[in-house]
Amino acid sequence: MFHTMFSRSLYQLQKLSRRNDLSLHNSSTKFKHAVLAAFQPILHTRPYANNPQPAASASSVDQAELAKFAAIAESWWDAEGPFKPLHVMNPTRLTFIRSTLCRHFGKDPFSARPFEGLKFIDVGCGGGILSEPLARMGASVTGIDAVEKNIKIAQVHADLDPVASSIEYRCTTAENLVEEQMKFDAVLALEVIEHVANPAGFCKSLSALTVPNGATIVSTINRSMRAYATAIIAAEYILHWLPKGTHQWSSFLTPEELVLTLQRASISVEEMAGFAYDPLTGQWSLTDDIGVNFIAFGIKKQ
Amino acid sequence: MQSRFASGKPEKKGVPLSSFTNYSLARSLNTRGDMSRLIATRRLASNFFVSKLATRTFCNDAPAKLSTVPHSSQSNKELEDEQGFTNDVPQYDIAIVGGGMVGMALACSIASMPLTKQLSIAIIDSNPALTNGSSIKKDDPPDPRVSTVTPATISLFKGIGAWQYVEQHRHAYFDRMQVWDYTGFGYTRYNARDADKDVLGCVVENKVLHKSLLSCLQNKDFKKTIYPTRLLSMSLPTRSSVSAAGASQSSTSTKSLANLAKLELSDGTNLYAKLVVGADGSKSHVRELAGIKTTGWNYSQSAVICTVEHPAENFCAWQRFLPAGPIALLPIGDNFSNIVWTMSPKEASNHKIMNEDDFVKAVNHALDFGYGPHPESWVFGGNVLSSFFRPDVTSSANEGFELPPKVVKLASQRMAFPLSLMHANQYTSKRVVLIGDAAHTVHPLAGQGVNMGYGDVASLSNVIADGVAVGSDIGEVTLLKKYEADRKTANIAMMAVLDGFQKAYSVDFGPLNILRAAAFNGANVFAPLKKNIISYASGERRLPFLS
Ligand SMILES: Cc1cc2nc3c(=O)[nH]c(=O)nc-3n(C[C@H](O)[C@H](O)[C@H](O)COP(=O)(O)OP(=O)(O)OC[C@H]3O[C@@H](n4cnc5c(N)ncnc54)[C@H](O)[C@@H]3O)c2cc1C
Ligand SMILES: C[S@@+](CC[C@H](N)C(=O)[O-])C[C@H]1O[C@@H](n2cnc3c(N)ncnc32)[C@H](O)[C@@H]1O
Repeated sequence: MFHTMFSRSLYQLQKLSRRNDLSLHNSSTKFKHAVLAAFQPILHTRPYANNPQPAASASSVDQAELAKFAAIAESWWDAEGPFKPLHVMNPTRLTFIRSTLCRHFGKDPFSARPFEGLKFIDVGCGGGILSEPLARMGASVTGIDAVEKNIKIAQVHADLDPVASSIEYRCTTAENLVEEQMKFDAVLALEVIEHVANPAGFCKSLSALTVPNGATIVSTINRSMRAYATAIIAAEYILHWLPKGTHQWSSFLTPEELVLTLQRASISVEEMAGFAYDPLTGQWSLTDDIGVNFIAFGIKKQ
Repeated sequence: MQSRFASGKPEKKGVPLSSFTNYSLARSLNTRGDMSRLIATRRLASNFFVSKLATRTFCNDAPAKLSTVPHSSQSNKELEDEQGFTNDVPQYDIAIVGGGMVGMALACSIASMPLTKQLSIAIIDSNPALTNGSSIKKDDPPDPRVSTVTPATISLFKGIGAWQYVEQHRHAYFDRMQVWDYTGFGYTRYNARDADKDVLGCVVENKVLHKSLLSCLQNKDFKKTIYPTRLLSMSLPTRSSVSAAGASQSSTSTKSLANLAKLELSDGTNLYAKLVVGADGSKSHVRELAGIKTTGWNYSQSAVICTVEHPAENFCAWQRFLPAGPIALLPIGDNFSNIVWTMSPKEASNHKIMNEDDFVKAVNHALDFGYGPHPESWVFGGNVLSSFFRPDVTSSANEGFELPPKVVKLASQRMAFPLSLMHANQYTSKRVVLIGDAAHTVHPLAGQGVNMGYGDVASLSNVIADGVAVGSDIGEVTLLKKYEADRKTANIAMMAVLDGFQKAYSVDFGPLNILRAAAFNGANVFAPLKKNIISYASGERRLPFLS
């Protein structure tokens, strides 16, 4: 079921690249290169891409962004608070993670704790909304965030559940852990990349933290008109889900840019899905429409 | 110490998840063979030990015995880590308060799904049937309380592996239904063939359903503890209690307890649970303790219920509308049928105490010529109308009116119940969820009460499985709300139908009787409408008559 869904979204990428007439490759074996070729120009219009190749250890920290999160840290676990979208989206993105990682690591999809024996890191874990379910699904989880307050909140909340209390929370950055030469079977950075100073360098750090043939999962918001309408206007201004100014339009990556950036960091994106919000049920579901919110699963090259 | 079961033999087959309702995840994880057990071993070991620990509270000489309990060194270590400061208070994933027909079905359902069978469960009920292990004998008198189980319920039972036990006991399928009216204006016959089905329903004694679920649970490899006692009180985590514990310097285990529901039982035992399921019937204590309000109303009517014997086996469900309300005769197998007879409360208490011969006479009178003529004597009966609509006529419309079998003997005690409808305003709050009669109680007229409860069971166990699959805290309101959203609409629609049903048939007023008769005849000749009625009554359809 998932397989067709994702090959369809990859197909969309392929179509996109063709539509731009930037690729002459039609064969699916070469299409990733086609995507790469196709989006080179767009990437170069991005400020960070014009800079000289940053070292993997260059800081991804954007102080202004962090201040926004520090200001609302107390409300991480308020399911009706500013992080409501993450709470509501959580089961949906975890369904994607469960499905892709069970398949990749050859784990039993019927198991209640399929990730037992695997080491995961949740980069930019915030209050631990993602880390806790991953721990319940059996993974040994390390959660890191650049904001000290977030880590404190995450720790207090994890202590409420004996399983979650096994999570190791640290206030640090991906770059620092790369320097410590830490390695993980799966590296997850969900809704973080749009807040970092240096997405390309950040992806390199994620890659460096992943063991060869390990998995990297990244989710973010698309830089499309529709994403602008949904994520910024609706979420920040109309529904008041997010405090105004949470998102900076220019820092959004398109799926193609993300694929390319990860590709350059030796991670090949294998599956991608979009999230669709149904305002009637208030629920999210996985779709092959990656126009607004999307999530990508990639494998670190050997 | 017979208060708990030993774990049964390992389960052989995977459960066909497809037999449960619409949950995408459950559906995508199709049926497969054994799940890998290895992965769950660590947790299993520790949970197993927790329930062993619970014996302490029951046994006087327990502390001495405790050290003899065999366990792996790993579970011992975990116990110190997680349980070291809890004063031996047992913890469960789920505490089911009320081991009635609905609560037991939930336990079985959770025990049979791959994603949930590793959960630890406590069942709290003082009903001795749960622990005395007695079996139902062939010549035991029939239970006066029976349930008409719908095909949806039967498929739930098959999915959890309990139907095979029902089949070993008395039960009766019926493929025909005749409904008529004392005025003689009309009658209608439903036949399973009209809805392309083999049967319309199956009537099973409540004690058979209950016993079957119990046998099913006993034969599963599953961590459950039965507490043969009652729930006294319950404390639920509040925002302030949780944050106070979180901020304090207390140990992790103390903090995590502050986030669980704490149950106090009438024998002095305490236990903690991530999720408390209120399956404790219409006067639910869980509902009251959780502060969930209800909406409900009483009809100034009662139902007299009993089992009767007739000379030959019966395969038809019969219902006749009398001035004070309907009387129904439902086959329950062998030469027995069950009677549900609605009347005024005063009449009900009369009928409950009158001598048996008089009661049998009254029943036969009510099912035959009492209060009015047979419908066939009325010239504009079903057959006249049906001749106008030949092409649409369903086969059974041409079948003539029949008389139900003569009752010869009363075969059980008589019970009288006031009729009422009650619906909980919410089905859930943090760490609490209501199922079955605790969430909704309906009058017994349409035999839908327990079927609604089984709909709840199928939905809730799927929601819990979906939650486990994505690592949710199973007591989280956001998760439980999915169950509420799924069931509330279905249950309210059913209650609206039953309420309308009751109102339409409890008034004895000339013009209305004619309308009623017309409705009967209409239902009798218009095949599509009848199909809708049948599929709604058999639990397959969500909204009646709208499709
Ligand atoms: C007269 C009558 C006839 C009916 N006929 C039909 C029919 O034909 N078809 C049909 O589908 N439905 C029928 N129903 C409805 C059906 O019986 C109920 O819907 C069904 O029994 C509900 O099951 P339950 O498990 O939710 O509640 P119950 O069967 O009421 O079980 C509740 C359980 O909770 C336990 N309990 C209560 N309080 C506590 C406590 N504080 N602590 C621990 N345990 C507690 C009780 O001991 C009991 O075992 C009828 C009901 C009545 C009254
Ligand atoms: C929108 S939140 C996402 C939280 C979490 N990943 C989730 O999806 O539930 C983004 C988080 O990333 C953190 N963050 C931002 N820049 C970071 C950086 N350079 N290094 C680590 N964490 C960062 C923020 O503090 C914030 O907690």
